[in-house]
Amino acid sequence: MLTHLPILQVILPLVAAPSCLFLRRASLVWLFALAACLSALAVSVLLLQQVYAAGPISYTLGGWQAPWGIEYRIDLLNAWVLLIVSGLSSVVLAAAHTSVARELEGNRQILFYTLYLLCFAGLLGIVATGDVFNVFVFLEISSLATYALIALGRDRRALWAAFQYLIMGTIGATFILIGIGFLYMMTGTLNMADLAVRLPAVENSATVLAAFAFIFVGICLKLALFPLHQWLPNAYSFAPSIVTAFLAATATKVALYLLLRFTITVFGVEFSLASLPLETLLIGLGLIGVFVASAVAVYQVDIKRMFAYSSVAQIGYMVVGVGIGTVTALQATLLHLFNHALMKGGLFLALAGLVYRVGGSRIEDFRGLGVAMPWTMAAIVVGGVSLIGVPLTVGFVSKWYLIAAAMERELWWLALLVVLGSLLAVAYIWRLVEAAYFHAPADAGQPRGEAPLGLLLPTWLLIGANLYFGIDTCLPVEVTAAAAQFLLGGAQ
Amino acid sequence: MLLASLYNYWVVIALMMIGLYMVIAQGNLIKKIIGLNIFQTSVFIFYISAGKVDGGSAPILSEGESLYSNPLPHVLILTAIVVGIATTALALALVIRIQRAYGSVEEGDIQALAHERTEGSEQ
Repeated sequence: MLTHLPILQVILPLVAAPSCLFLRRASLVWLFALAACLSALAVSVLLLQQVYAAGPISYTLGGWQAPWGIEYRIDLLNAWVLLIVSGLSSVVLAAAHTSVARELEGNRQILFYTLYLLCFAGLLGIVATGDVFNVFVFLEISSLATYALIALGRDRRALWAAFQYLIMGTIGATFILIGIGFLYMMTGTLNMADLAVRLPAVENSATVLAAFAFIFVGICLKLALFPLHQWLPNAYSFAPSIVTAFLAATATKVALYLLLRFTITVFGVEFSLASLPLETLLIGLGLIGVFVASAVAVYQVDIKRMFAYSSVAQIGYMVVGVGIGTVTALQATLLHLFNHALMKGGLFLALAGLVYRVGGSRIEDFRGLGVAMPWTMAAIVVGGVSLIGVPLTVGFVSKWYLIAAAMERELWWLALLVVLGSLLAVAYIWRLVEAAYFHAPADAGQPRGEAPLGLLLPTWLLIGANLYFGIDTCLPVEVTAAAAQFLLGGAQ
Repeated sequence: MLLASLYNYWVVIALMMIGLYMVIAQGNLIKKIIGLNIFQTSVFIFYISAGKVDGGSAPILSEGESLYSNPLPHVLILTAIVVGIATTALALALVIRIQRAYGSVEEGDIQALAHERTEGSEQ
């Protein structure tokens, strides 16, 4: 049983997804989906323990040996990302029942859980597999489910957002497919570890460069790296609240994992960071993303949209870490991957509570919220403070490591810009605090009350984790340090 | 000579550019989807071309044959075609719902309507 963990990780939600359709009642489906998610979480915990104790696990599908058959290879990097994805998906799904019952019609609720599990399975598959073509297939499984999930939004603009994302996403995925084709032409293999061995021999050819360019642009589209981020704000603001929380906490993290996997494991640091101006490109685009997206966020009226822009900014920080390319910088990126999932998961769940009570998430809905929904608003404030990077929250930990990494390379200006970027976050978080605590409610007659416990508990679980891991940083710091070390060690 | 012998790749590039151009330049959503399909198809042809070995026969073990084409890219593309069909089906389904919600399948109309709503509700 334990030897089959890598495939169980993916197959459990994949099989559970269509099974949802046999259960007729929405609450039954929810329980079933939650059970599937939690078992996937248990599997990923076991996997991380195994990998941490005994090194990478290689699992060959159907017993076909590695370069020919499909291999699932779990090392510290993907075990860590698997844990983040399954952990966050479980918490968000736990909150889903209350919010989905309010926001979606009866017959669509069952479809929602099916799509959720499909998307979840796709994301886990991308992370678990060691085969580049398999990455493409899982990428499309998760993307197709995502488009449909976004289209479930109540506003008709959700349809348009889903269509735009479908076009962008398909172009991105096809770019990755072209890149994989080039790699296969040059090396005759699709296995990531095998590719890493064979690529150095042909790395000077234009075909490999083209492959790298196609894959890089394709992943950046999925990652919503500035300036390829246009699909994200619409998709996040019009999707059902739970879908936004799910996507913000998992989908971009998986895209970032792909970026790391391809630039570092498959192509190798020397090829991707040294022989190409990728370092400048990643740091530059990341920083521009931080500043432009944060500045745009300050002017947003819809708070869901504001946090969507803030996500683009946070992705910028992670990409800067990849660009610096040292062990500390990668550790900062991996830490921020985890921390940002906790922050945005918590924040968007809190917003889901607000939408549940008030029906919207616009800035005027926040007036007097400090009194009307003290717990939800406190969650938003703590999440926001963590987003800024104040000490004792997780946001501080990852910013600290990122600045330390910049200092190590003596990039003082970069460290300064990272701090300045955080100040912009203060500007947009402060607007919420001001509206919630210093303004009277816009409409006194509006029915107000705390968000239901079904939403509030998962929100505070994530927000509490923001504080807990901000103080007791042992687990994430140790795992990410080992993962970053392993990544760069394995590449040399 | 080299250019002529690699004509299949030129076809791939031409189709790829036509498809991508259609996706960007066409305002009609159905035409955008057609463009996306052409774009994807060009990649299918690219893979299949890469798998062909000059003078190689179909990869079925038979007497008197020692040279076979590489079947792996073909198998990969079977999967990619399925993915492409799923994408097209989903895109068409979305267009039907967009047509019902907005009364149009023209990008310009939809964007004007969506924008109007944003402006109107922000006051």
